[in-house]
Amino acid sequence: MADSKTGGAADAIDVAYVARLARLQLSTEEIETFQRQLNSIVDYFKAIREVDVDTVQPMAHAVRVQNIFRADEVRPGLDRELALANAPVHLDDQFSVPKIVE
Amino acid sequence: MAALTELTAVELLEQLRRRACSSEEAVKAMGAVIRRRDPAIKGYLEVDEEAALDQARSADAARARGESGSLLGLPLAFKDVLNLAGQPCTCGSRILAGYRAPTDAGAIARLRREGAVFLGRTNMDEFAMGSSTENSAYQVTHNPWNPDRVPGGSSGGSAAVVAAGEAWAALGTDTGGSIRQPAAFCGCVGMKPSYGRVSRSGLVAYASSLDQIGPMTRDVRDAALLLKALAGPDPMDSTALDLPVPDYMAALATELKGMRIGLPKEYFVGGSDADVERAVQEAIAVCRKLGAEAVEVSLPHTHLAVPTYYIIATAEASANLARFDGVRYGTRTKADVHDPIEMYAKTRAEGFGAEVKRRIILGTYVLSSGYHDAYYLRAQKIRSLIRDDFDRAFGTCDVIMAPVTPTAAFALGAAATDPLQMYLGDIFTVPVNLAGLCGLSVPCGMTTDRLPVGLQIIGPAFGEEQVFRAGYAYEQATQWRHQRPPIADRTDLQQG
Repeated sequence: MADSKTGGAADAIDVAYVARLARLQLSTEEIETFQRQLNSIVDYFKAIREVDVDTVQPMAHAVRVQNIFRADEVRPGLDRELALANAPVHLDDQFSVPKIVE
Repeated sequence: MAALTELTAVELLEQLRRRACSSEEAVKAMGAVIRRRDPAIKGYLEVDEEAALDQARSADAARARGESGSLLGLPLAFKDVLNLAGQPCTCGSRILAGYRAPTDAGAIARLRREGAVFLGRTNMDEFAMGSSTENSAYQVTHNPWNPDRVPGGSSGGSAAVVAAGEAWAALGTDTGGSIRQPAAFCGCVGMKPSYGRVSRSGLVAYASSLDQIGPMTRDVRDAALLLKALAGPDPMDSTALDLPVPDYMAALATELKGMRIGLPKEYFVGGSDADVERAVQEAIAVCRKLGAEAVEVSLPHTHLAVPTYYIIATAEASANLARFDGVRYGTRTKADVHDPIEMYAKTRAEGFGAEVKRRIILGTYVLSSGYHDAYYLRAQKIRSLIRDDFDRAFGTCDVIMAPVTPTAAFALGAAATDPLQMYLGDIFTVPVNLAGLCGLSVPCGMTTDRLPVGLQIIGPAFGEEQVFRAGYAYEQATQWRHQRPPIADRTDLQQG
């Protein structure tokens, strides 16, 4: 997998590999279409390399506030029944998933 | 008197206050308009008239008891990305078919406290990703001005129903232009509030550092009224800042003496269609006649805004949409699966549409090992440069004026094969989200093809008052707000 990540042209996006990282099963047709479309988008992204940003601070969000505090008090959370109401499968008041370990 | 359904929200509320009509009558009258027009527009995903009538009767009863609220009895449409307790919320996606919201979104709860009535859910690009509303898994919405054109997106359903007279006002969300661009395409008013002005709790997240909820209305005064009700802190969203909420309607005035309007030279370099450029220049001339002074400003990193936006937005989206895994909510694949990983991958493959898949892959790529610094971190740094550009510009002006979009509404199907081309149309709107500013779209003209053009008025963070003031003065000095699309019945046109 490490090879497929860096394989091909430098910095080219390997759609099949990235889709696996994103837990997204793609059809062969989708991989081909996305590969073509995303190649041109990633190529366009390279414009951001032309500026010198060595001394610039990254900005993660737009509010000029570092932190917000509130009193550490116990408050009711989402009711269990309500939380489970949207689950596609649930069992004994729990979310149910396919078996993880044999 | 104009037909009930043709009033602005402020006018309807005045009628309700004077008991000249009831909220129940208003909902019934709008229901009739929706049944007549929406089959051709397809702006609504669902209108639950019975539920709306129940709320309307409650509002009427509350008024009879002497209660008041700034929106008491006002019916509103809302983009299907907002949670209303007990209601579906599909986000235009198959993966959320059957989902019902457990609680109200923070912004919805505020509107409810003011007495608003909720009329129906509007169509949108899936998970708010798109500029045409064609990415909805459910239906294609048509531009009320021309059924072969897109309404814009992602809040295209909300813009279309307001423009077609099927709602007094609607809620939209704006991550990179999704309120302002459809408002411009459909010829209504759209306000993207400053980041931190409106709570995002219960808004299904696309890109958390960019998303904001805002009003889409028939005029600027209605947008001012609704933002006052929407804005303010929320214990469920620490980014909704606890800053005073001004009375935006009180800030409206009909002259602009002393206001300095910044015109970014990078926005007027011939990149827009001639009709758009002309309409915006004429709008600026009107504002100068109203007393404003125009000054040139520079936003030198404008050309990097679109790639920066698409890196940051898709990165955040890829993380936010990881929650759709077929476990806690949404659909789950019916296919035979051997382990949870396969279940996730198949569920997501079946549940998401093409544009959402593209953006998840793009976002995963720019965050992945080996590319994070080259793309995501670098984009975050350029985001700082873009914000610094605006900080400098607002040192010499009060608001910035620009087009909303380089073109008027494009043809249905035009964006389907070349996503990059569609992204490039976001050049004038995404910088506002990156920098956390507020931006208003106001109708400012028509193209030779009879499609609306939008004027964008950008203000500094939490500078909504001056943006509304400029927008209102301009709007009142011109007649564009009285233009009705062909879908609006001739009988409705006799009035107002």
